[in-house]
Amino acid sequence: MNDALAQARAEGLASVAAATTLDELRSVESEVLGKRGPLARAKAGLGALPVEERRDAGRAVNEAMAAVQAALDTRSAELNAESRRVQLASERLDLTEALTRPRRGHAHLVTQATERLEDTFIGLGFQIAEGPEVETDWHNFEALNMPPSHPARSEWDTLFVEHGPAGSTVLRTHTSPVQIRVMETTEPPIYVIMPGRVFRRDTPDATHMPVFHQLEGLVIDRGITFADLAGTIEAFTKAFFGAEFSSRLRPSYFPFTEPSAEFDIRQPDGTWLELGGCGMVHPNVLRAGGLDPEEWSGFAFGFGIDRMAKERHGVGDLRDMYTNDIRFIEQF
Amino acid sequence: MLVLLSWLNELAPLGDDVDTISDAMNELGLAVDGVSRVGAPIPGVVTARVIETQPHADAERVHRVFVDAGDGERLHVWCGAFNMQAGDVVPLATVGTTMPDGREIGRRQILGIASDGMLCSAAELGQGADHAGILILPADTPLGRPLHSALGVTEDVVFDLDLTRNRPDAYGHLGVARDVAARLGVPLLPPSPTLAVTGPERVATVEIVDPGRCGRFVAVVLSGIEVKPSAPWMAERLTRAGMRPINNVVDVSNYVMLELNEPNHAYDLDTLGGGGFRIRRAVDGETLVTLDGVERTFTTEDLLICDAEDRAIGIAGVMGGSDTEIGPETTTVALEMAWFEPVGVASTAARLGVRSEASARFERGRDPYGIDRAVARFVELLRETCPDLVVHAGLVDARGDLPPEVRAVRVRPERVNALLGADIPAPEMLARLGPIGFTATLDQGGILDVNLPSWRPDCELEVDVIEEIARHVGYETLGRTVPKSTVAGRLSPFQARRRLVRQVLYGLGISEAMPNPFLAPGDLTRAGLDPHGLAIANPLVAEESVLRTSLRPGLFKAVAFNASHRNDDVALFEIGHTYRPAETPLPDEREVLAVALAGRDGQAAVPVLNEVVAALGLAGRVRIDQVVPADQPGLHPGRTARIHADGVDVGVVGEVDPGVLDTYEIPGRLAWLELDLSTVLALEPAIPQWRPVSRFPSSDIDLAFVAGEDLAAQDVQAAIAAAAGELLAEVELFDVYRGSGIESGQRSLAFRLRLQSADHTLTDAEVAQVRDQAIAAATEQGATLRGV
Repeated sequence: MNDALAQARAEGLASVAAATTLDELRSVESEVLGKRGPLARAKAGLGALPVEERRDAGRAVNEAMAAVQAALDTRSAELNAESRRVQLASERLDLTEALTRPRRGHAHLVTQATERLEDTFIGLGFQIAEGPEVETDWHNFEALNMPPSHPARSEWDTLFVEHGPAGSTVLRTHTSPVQIRVMETTEPPIYVIMPGRVFRRDTPDATHMPVFHQLEGLVIDRGITFADLAGTIEAFTKAFFGAEFSSRLRPSYFPFTEPSAEFDIRQPDGTWLELGGCGMVHPNVLRAGGLDPEEWSGFAFGFGIDRMAKERHGVGDLRDMYTNDIRFIEQF
Repeated sequence: MLVLLSWLNELAPLGDDVDTISDAMNELGLAVDGVSRVGAPIPGVVTARVIETQPHADAERVHRVFVDAGDGERLHVWCGAFNMQAGDVVPLATVGTTMPDGREIGRRQILGIASDGMLCSAAELGQGADHAGILILPADTPLGRPLHSALGVTEDVVFDLDLTRNRPDAYGHLGVARDVAARLGVPLLPPSPTLAVTGPERVATVEIVDPGRCGRFVAVVLSGIEVKPSAPWMAERLTRAGMRPINNVVDVSNYVMLELNEPNHAYDLDTLGGGGFRIRRAVDGETLVTLDGVERTFTTEDLLICDAEDRAIGIAGVMGGSDTEIGPETTTVALEMAWFEPVGVASTAARLGVRSEASARFERGRDPYGIDRAVARFVELLRETCPDLVVHAGLVDARGDLPPEVRAVRVRPERVNALLGADIPAPEMLARLGPIGFTATLDQGGILDVNLPSWRPDCELEVDVIEEIARHVGYETLGRTVPKSTVAGRLSPFQARRRLVRQVLYGLGISEAMPNPFLAPGDLTRAGLDPHGLAIANPLVAEESVLRTSLRPGLFKAVAFNASHRNDDVALFEIGHTYRPAETPLPDEREVLAVALAGRDGQAAVPVLNEVVAALGLAGRVRIDQVVPADQPGLHPGRTARIHADGVDVGVVGEVDPGVLDTYEIPGRLAWLELDLSTVLALEPAIPQWRPVSRFPSSDIDLAFVAGEDLAAQDVQAAIAAAAGELLAEVELFDVYRGSGIESGQRSLAFRLRLQSADHTLTDAEVAQVRDQAIAAATEQGATLRGV
């Protein structure tokens, strides 16, 4: 009996070791451990043994079965791993064969700059106002403290639209008329920015386009001061450009603000970038917007968006931004 | 405005620290565009006389020049210029000299013969652009002397100021000196000559016909004049300030203008008909040849200076006429100093396209009460070259409507501080204002009574004075605070939805274009659109004279441009404004989205629409209706649908008419979508409400129908969905088939319905019932179930 068991065990282990596929292993399993296999038969024969032998013999059979089962499990894991390895090896894909589609669409550079600016000002507590691009002369000039004969009007090379009485309708030369529209429709406190498209009768060149974009800011509340203006410009400078940038105000002149200033940004290399204009809203402008300058005060600021995009990305010629050439658009 | 440091220092002791002065100017709003140092001596460049010139047989482009640098030694230089001859005095850069461009002069050898230096052109000496030849100096120039001292050239610094419109005073050196002196705390020393009459009465009469446009006109007769070149110092200053020296009389006129910002004009009295002036409006069509030799034609809006016989001799405030110009024979002049109404001068100058030094000053407003000093200064300066100058009695000072000499404004110190966010004591305000001519007193109520200087016509309100205080206190010393906003910073819902639309489009691989909103007159017709757009009254070029009524021409051009650069499959969108004529105060301006998918047919545009609509939460509220031919000119009649949102027309989707594409030379097809964002983004989407996701298994039914080409798939699908009822989880069109087995004019539409119940597993009977209902509904629409 013992010899037969030992032989069955040895043969079983040998068969397991010899199996080279999972299928072979499965037949080995049914042959060796199956009901008709030698070990099963040995187990079945235990009953015929005398009681005093039965116990040791049973243990020996169980050990033999466990040994074969363990070998089967090990071999099965090996063969499974090998089979997976072969499958994976055969499934190799060259991931650099990537086709160019799908591609994402790209926002225009001006849109990218505008949205970055909008997001910065939203973070500083501003909302966003919009207005028409074709404007009344009144909103574009007169309400901004530039009556019809005002000499400063000539500094805006205005394009007039044939609509209504001659000279009454213009393509807005700046985003400032939106200030008036906001004052007309909104009770203070007002904290808005007004990005948008503006128009000048200007020959296009590397740094000028007849159609371009500005961003205007307006704050009106009780007790707003020139110091608030300087502080807001500084807060914007740090929020938008970075903590290592700073700002300064220099006296200047605009008909719609007083005191007026230019604001410059000091870059980390120590050079100054002239960015835009600003000032305290002129009392005549507050009145035109229906507000009492003794009760309310405010400041406004504005600058060009296109130039900001141009300088950020080192675009050599502003006209390139408007060719709508996909080879340009997809660079950004 | 070019301002000289030496000149400023004559008016106020500002010193020679250029950086300090330049910073002060910038901090005062006199923006310094550039600072240049002029007239710096070049050590090593001396004056020398040409002894003789000799060609060299082996050198064509250079010759040998022998010079004497004052000590009798015969020096030799090779020279590439040939414009000198024996006896000329020329600048010699001796060996070892460093030239202004950094070049060092060595003992150069040509053909084995050394050069003892280099003869210089004006450009090489940093004196202008003349490269043409060697600078030939006056024959009596002493030899062997450093060039600049031999010529009497002085060193100076020129500030190029970019002046704002509110600073007419800074168009004169005196105004700049006053501002900077106040900032630096040094006194102002203005010239204060007095006018002494030295001859018998001789009157140049003045008749102001238009007192509204001519507020003051002073005329004085000066005789004993000898016209000749100005003294070198004056010629040098004028040159450095950007004006060409002409003769002593014209130069003094310009000098007074540059110093005091008081433009003036000297007329040859002998050429002045009737010996006097008449200031009147022009007659329509009247002409005058101005000093620049151009014949100008006037309208009744223009103000002319005429002689007493009513012949035009000058455009008031703009430019004089050529007939009355000072000439070499002139001995007697009538000096005019006038104040003309600024807006009138500006409009005449603008209409004629003439921007003269005078008009720039008149437009901004000169000081009408500075005229007396300017007349005296003119005489004082002219007398330096004309010692026999006679000032005749009989000066005429004619007046029209003139701004008052004394203008006052009340300024509340607490208002100053409230607006500036500062804490400036009232006495300091007085101290800041005084030196710039805003003399002020503090009244018993604590209010500043401020007299506005006549040279600052831009100032009239309290806030104007507040700005002056801020400038002189210094913007940089004012505080920086951040206002406490009680407003929540955010995008409006409309703006947030616009950004969402952009995100969807980027995700679909569509890039943003920004075409020009200006069109050429034929562009709308070319795009198949109504040709009536708003015209621009004063376009820069005809190609940009119409405002677009549609985004089509612009995007078509963008697609064509890319196609012509071998990118014929671009996907572009634009979000921009269109402008249509309307009877309202402003034109009908709308914000529109347009999408162009090059190389794709009309069906490709529909999923773009669907994604945009779904993202906006409007999926159930937007439908498309295929148009009848000719409903949408410019678009493909069989491949275009109108888009309706809540039943309102909001755009079109489909394909561009191939005929239009031909005119733009766009190859292939062009899928097109146009959506009125002004309307669509204003629609409030319903907030999506939660529907429990079923835990029970779903069942799919595939149904294929044969339908005529004129039966919209959208309608069949809607009918199926309605019939399937609440067990329907999803329905999609998953296959369209035309061809073998399907009659021509028909196609097969295959739909997949996914059914699911929220509370039980569907029975076969339930599924079969939905199937029958769906088939019945499709059949009712005119579709036939395929394969039965």
